[in-house]
Amino acid sequence: MLKRFVLFCENFGAALIMLANSARHLKTLPRQFSRFIDQCYLIGYTTMPIVTILSFFIGSVLALQSGYSMENFGANQFIGTLVGLSMARELGPVMVAILVTGRAGSAITAELASMNVYQEIDALKTMNIPPERILVLPRLVAVLFMMPVLSMVANLCGWYGGAIVCQYTQFISVDTQSYFAALKRYMNFKDILDGLMKAEVFGFVVVTICCHIGLTVRGGPREIGAAVTNAIVTSLIFILVLDYFITMALL
Amino acid sequence: MPADTANPFTGTTVGISVENVNKSYGNVNVLRDISLDVKPGEIFCIMGPSGSGKTVLLKQIVGLEKPTSGRVLIDNFDASDPETRTKVHLAFVFQAGALFNSLSVYDNLALYPREHRLGDENSIRERVRHALSILSLEKAADKMPSELSGGMKKRVAIARALVMEPQLLVYDEPTAELDPILSATISEIIATLREQIAVTSLVVTHDRALALGIADRIAIIMDGRIRTISTAQELKHNTEPIITDFMNPVIDPKNPRFRKLEPNNE
Repeated sequence: MLKRFVLFCENFGAALIMLANSARHLKTLPRQFSRFIDQCYLIGYTTMPIVTILSFFIGSVLALQSGYSMENFGANQFIGTLVGLSMARELGPVMVAILVTGRAGSAITAELASMNVYQEIDALKTMNIPPERILVLPRLVAVLFMMPVLSMVANLCGWYGGAIVCQYTQFISVDTQSYFAALKRYMNFKDILDGLMKAEVFGFVVVTICCHIGLTVRGGPREIGAAVTNAIVTSLIFILVLDYFITMALL
Repeated sequence: MPADTANPFTGTTVGISVENVNKSYGNVNVLRDISLDVKPGEIFCIMGPSGSGKTVLLKQIVGLEKPTSGRVLIDNFDASDPETRTKVHLAFVFQAGALFNSLSVYDNLALYPREHRLGDENSIRERVRHALSILSLEKAADKMPSELSGGMKKRVAIARALVMEPQLLVYDEPTAELDPILSATISEIIATLREQIAVTSLVVTHDRALALGIADRIAIIMDGRIRTISTAQELKHNTEPIITDFMNPVIDPKNPRFRKLEPNNE
């Protein structure tokens, strides 16, 4: 147990050093614009379709379930509020973070781990090119840029998913106008902003974990798969634990 | 040794001094009190059986790892200090090439000058083309590493090292997994580069023909210790059993080493 704790502390410290080393090269960012765009494509564009589909259906299911329960209290007119707040404050950011972990985080770890195993990272070091500068920094900046975009897309799709279900499900039958009126009435800009802030933190943590695990892999090709699994599991744990503490701080 | 030839890039070549280096991983001592000097402009080969610590020694020399004790100096700068790489032009040719698989051959070579801002795109193009022409790789510029044969990967790795305008070129098993003709080509390239650019060359190899053919001096390392440092001629006439066994292995099925493999003897 103590050994695991020491290992965790070592990894935490190493990840912080990696972040500090990346921050040292911030001024090189303008000439790494093409790398930044590549990473925006990987993190944002490739994750977008699955975010769209899943958030639409999560919004739909949320409306369906809450409509089924709230019908008993005659509170159907508040479904818009419930779906709106749930998506913006909780489900949107958490779901996007989980999807970014699975879609982009795993790809980041696999790429960096394979570069490590096949000595490409050592080659960079002997060329006096810090790996943090060209491999970590563009990814971190790209995720900070793309997470709010993905979260907003998730929110919108979830809200519209809920609206369509409310309109066309017989036992709910709340029209779109009433649904969005309720959504607007009890939601303010801070709710959306809190969700976007959460998404930023989750994205930053996920990319940090995935880069750190990829860059510290030791061994052969078999370790690449193990590193990806490790990165995903660690990221998911961090997302859910951080979610609790950030929510508590923001309420 | 071409002592009179100046390095065309920097004007100087560099020497290496390895002083009482020990390296341990946990309780395993991989390098034990290694000391050697490589003179500027020299081709120095390190030979030894598998697992003797050759590649680990190279990692200490190029600064990828820090010795447990002792030190490595390159041109009087500590190799383990990252700043040394800004003062000494050092290039490492990895055993498997370590080419960046997501970049074309051209971009592999252009990465170093681009990242260090060594001129505009036109001058970088010239620099890359020059390195490719030395290794006869002009037609491979647009290929991806996955499209190259083993021999071509090695040549691209050497070309990438040349783009760095090195004072010290370190090769890890440059002829491993190559057929004899390609091995001879790589040996010629290493020797020719020394003649052309007066670079100090450190070569780790199993290849007797390569070492005896091009090295000014050869170190034999066994069990993490240097057994001998001598010229190719001296090594050929060395009569120590441990050295002759390594340099001229005889395959004898009656040898006890082979008999151990027979199932009935277990």
